[in-house]
Amino acid sequence: MSSPHDSSHTISLGHGSGGAMMQQLIAEELLPALSGQSAEALEDAAIVELAGGRLAFTTDSYVVQPLLFPGGDIGSLAVHGTVNDLAMRGAVPRFLSVGLIIEEGLPVDTLRRVVASMGCAADKCGVTIACGDTKVVEHGKGDGLFINTSGLGECGPHVPSVTAAQPGDVLIVNGTLGDHGIAVMVAREQLEISADLRSDSAPLHELVAAMLQAGGDAVHCLRDLTRGGMAAGLNEIATSSAVGMMLESSAIPVRPDVAGVCEILGLSPYVVANEGKLVAAVAADQADSVLQAMHAHPYGQDAAIIGQVVSDQPGLVRLRTAIGTTRVLELPAGELLPRIC
Amino acid sequence: MVGAADRCRELAEAIAQAAPPPMTIMEVCGTHSHAIARYGLSQLLPPQVRLVSGPGCPVCVTADEDLDAIVQIARQGAIIATFGDMVRVAGPRGSLADARAIGAQVQVLYSPMQSLQLAESNPERQVVLLGIGFETTTPAIAVTMAEAAARDLGNFSVYCAHKIIPPAMAVLAADPECGIDAFLCPGHVSTIIGSRAYEPLVRQFGTPCAIGGFAPTEILEAVYALVLQVTSGQPRVDNCYSRAVQPEGNPTALAAIADAFEPADALWRGVGLIPESGLQIADRYAHLDARSRFELEPALQRPIDGCLCGQVLQGKAVPTDCPAFGTTCTPQSPIGPCMVSSEGSCAAVYRYQTVR
Repeated sequence: MSSPHDSSHTISLGHGSGGAMMQQLIAEELLPALSGQSAEALEDAAIVELAGGRLAFTTDSYVVQPLLFPGGDIGSLAVHGTVNDLAMRGAVPRFLSVGLIIEEGLPVDTLRRVVASMGCAADKCGVTIACGDTKVVEHGKGDGLFINTSGLGECGPHVPSVTAAQPGDVLIVNGTLGDHGIAVMVAREQLEISADLRSDSAPLHELVAAMLQAGGDAVHCLRDLTRGGMAAGLNEIATSSAVGMMLESSAIPVRPDVAGVCEILGLSPYVVANEGKLVAAVAADQADSVLQAMHAHPYGQDAAIIGQVVSDQPGLVRLRTAIGTTRVLELPAGELLPRIC
Repeated sequence: MVGAADRCRELAEAIAQAAPPPMTIMEVCGTHSHAIARYGLSQLLPPQVRLVSGPGCPVCVTADEDLDAIVQIARQGAIIATFGDMVRVAGPRGSLADARAIGAQVQVLYSPMQSLQLAESNPERQVVLLGIGFETTTPAIAVTMAEAAARDLGNFSVYCAHKIIPPAMAVLAADPECGIDAFLCPGHVSTIIGSRAYEPLVRQFGTPCAIGGFAPTEILEAVYALVLQVTSGQPRVDNCYSRAVQPEGNPTALAAIADAFEPADALWRGVGLIPESGLQIADRYAHLDARSRFELEPALQRPIDGCLCGQVLQGKAVPTDCPAFGTTCTPQSPIGPCMVSSEGSCAAVYRYQTVR
């Protein structure tokens, strides 16, 4: 009998959670087989050189239930997510590809709504959907609709990197955390919770452009806080940049209703997914002007300084609690599971 | 929470000024363990006041025999309806997550009533609701059973492994090896069973008890009450969570439990058999008992190498005493259940390692 607690023999949902299990899968199973790609593998988008200049290049697949949720749908999400990955490298998003994997039985009306939303989101982002592909799989072999989008963007003069956070940098988030994951969870499970919960799905490239205009190359690092939430994003930066972090929990913005649902379900808003949130590590002397630029943008109105990059304890993200004690903010392990009581 | 920070400091100072002797307080409830770790509360206590986790994480105390039966039922094709933290805990035949990865259907519930919809929309399948948990969870399972019986759902059953807290506390209080000087009694469980439920424990063993809420200030208030009981030598039950806990508990919930279940001996992981510490399905709902609906093989036995969960659950060891802790046993690859559940004491210590 194989070791029962060993999840290395089959893929489980935890491997797609954005946490430690997924990192292990990428490091042990994917990168070794796809050698030569590892240098930028953990960035949100790769930087590739072509004759015409430097491009940012990324891909992402979208699997969400329900397909239509408060604050968005899988179509706009598939545009925003990939646009955001490009934006985290300071790139101007230009072209997207779209791959649709449709399960037999999906109402055409649903598809129509999703694709219309996708077109509308692309228009608003100023990106061209340049190519696409459509596959239909048998009933039961998909979850209604999966979407993959790849994106190309033009790099600017400064390319922020997950490896570039420095001790002394200030950590800034652009708004409240956990909105998307909780809104989708409440919609999917039809929880009878009377709160106005909406996904934060939004394109962040214009916000990033404003931040870069204000702070230039003082904006050392940008990360979008999707699966695994803020905890995963900050731990990835701390590890990749070999720096420590000290956060102030009282400064971290979380909507009271999101905090309430998290409390009921035994989840931390710090590990719940966002789709329109980023964290930036910015040199301290430029932090105020970057923060001002963020406050002036619709997707940065609630931006807040949540902590600092420090030199001690590299790789460790620490959090000062509301009562003045300190604890570690761990990389989430796997699947988010609500608890018993 | 500036007010809370000040109040916590005041309480910490008061606790230190009371000059308690070296004392071990067991927080019985997993949610307390979680809150204590999340807020780093032990940093505020004088070194002689030690907090240890108890058997109050329902997933952690679920015996191998039950885990094995549940996975067998899942593999036989029934839809398992469960609260989330049961999914990853591994029994001798692996976890429900492992079973799901090879085709079993496991539905994570947010409310037990969702399992009835599941049964109604899958009439050709068996749906088995896992009745796991303490007095806090049991009433909701009981009400679901009553509703299932009323709707005459032939494909719905419950696998009952419910446990009740006070008998386990009595076993730990009686065991000198556990060295427990006081109990921080569970807040949620006490809302159901009431503060009087702990009085026999105080009478029989002289162990101080205090019921606490879950905010940092509420936990420290209960700890302070326990320190005063120990220094004065006058054990009693202090209800420091009176905004939610009545002396007699919640009669409606207690009636629902009494309707659906009856007391039974129960196996606790790491502790063993404790008489009258669990519940079985009452005769009137015998037709909803999953244990008699499925043919199950005897549970596989397994040695658990190097895992001290059993000791940790009884306060005889702290997670960091375990050689597997943080090395071979981590939240992404847990060996023992204390590392699996979000309420498990090992997971709480691992996730929220305190840094001074």
